[in-house]
Amino acid sequence: MELGKRIKAGDIRAASRLIRNIEDNVSEAKTTIKHIFPFTGNAHVIGITGSPGAGKSTLVDGLIEWHRKLDRTVGVLAVDPTSPFTGGAILGDRIRMQRHAEDPGVFVRSLATRGALGGLAKAVGDAIHVVDAMGKDVILVETVGTGQQEVEIINHAHTVIVVLVPGMGDEIQAIKAGIMEIADIFVVNKADREGSQKLHRELMTVLDMSKIPKDGWRPPILMIGNAFDPVEFDRGMTELTEKVKGHYDHLISTNQIGDRIRRKTRHELNEALRSCILEPVMKMLVTSGELDTMIDVLLKKESDPYTIAEDVAGRYLQDCIKP
Amino acid sequence: MSDKKLRIMVAKPGLDGHDRGARVLARCFRDAGFEVIYTGCHQTPEQIAASAIQEDVDVVGLSCLSGAHRYLFPAVAKLLQEKQAGDITVIGGGIIPEQDFQPLYDSGIKALFTPGATLDSIVDWVRTNIKPRA
Repeated sequence: MELGKRIKAGDIRAASRLIRNIEDNVSEAKTTIKHIFPFTGNAHVIGITGSPGAGKSTLVDGLIEWHRKLDRTVGVLAVDPTSPFTGGAILGDRIRMQRHAEDPGVFVRSLATRGALGGLAKAVGDAIHVVDAMGKDVILVETVGTGQQEVEIINHAHTVIVVLVPGMGDEIQAIKAGIMEIADIFVVNKADREGSQKLHRELMTVLDMSKIPKDGWRPPILMIGNAFDPVEFDRGMTELTEKVKGHYDHLISTNQIGDRIRRKTRHELNEALRSCILEPVMKMLVTSGELDTMIDVLLKKESDPYTIAEDVAGRYLQDCIKP
Repeated sequence: MSDKKLRIMVAKPGLDGHDRGARVLARCFRDAGFEVIYTGCHQTPEQIAASAIQEDVDVVGLSCLSGAHRYLFPAVAKLLQEKQAGDITVIGGGIIPEQDFQPLYDSGIKALFTPGATLDSIVDWVRTNIKPRA
């Protein structure tokens, strides 16, 4: 309750601590989320995804700069991977954004994936609520460096920017399912490099092949040059920011924002159900040692996973399991 | 099931681009299972303090090889104090003459590591003296 009030007042320490409590699975975090939830849903959430080193953090920095010039406040959630071996992480996204470190209108928080597979951390959904409740106008969510399948960002962002760089594979890559389908805006970054025109052409072909432009919106493909060439980079960033705004206006004018919010909310409820139903059962099985016993039984082929799972379900979900 | 992780920021204040040591340490903290926020070179004490608060770290580790540690380290500690974040521990390392140790300790720096300090000894110090909050 107390923490919730402080967050709404824009208290940075309170906000960052709540995000940490969410990450660390501290039970009081849920109470605070309950308290701030009614005050969320106001910010434009923009997702930035793409392969490692594609330039996501640099583009995020550019987007912060643009929004600040328009006097909009910005929250950034930047995700980097957790080591599967030690549980440690190097969170280095904010290196590119440090010129905004002292700006009270900008809040940057780095998160580690902690084993989540979709390109984000499990805590991202609730962390977006926290930044939203702080009153930030725009929330930029930067995923880990993604491959083909990490599309979790679509469950959180209103606008998804997919950042590509030349030289990552042949044209077959461009027609594959997964990350190539989720873009509202494509950025061909480092467009001064060889192969960027070819990549642009391939993307055009892919978009031409989609019968109906997605929701009446054909994802634009933007070429952004070397970040160390300020004129060229600025030109690209200006174009990007116009398209970001254009996409948001499109979502509002066609009322597709409602569909996106519904998808986001559905996902969120799924997660909450999982955390309140599955996790307590798993915790019980782990702490009592029953899970290990079950694995032993399976190894000896004395039972099978489905029989065991149905047996556990039978103990906890009597009302749902019909004989 | 609470899963408390130690968060540590590795930062290089001032005009000092020699970040090999800082990066080796960042990697070393990662291998120790900490979440390490690395902010890069040429940071002002103001940037470091603001970032440490936004990131809710337990420790700020400052690396300085330029000789300006007597000014830069206390500046970070003082800013954190002023922003009601004095609970964030500040430690430092680099080329630091022994006669500077006491003034730095007096200014709120909790530990100093100089050339020759083993990586294990630094990680052990953090493990022993810092408990993740939350």
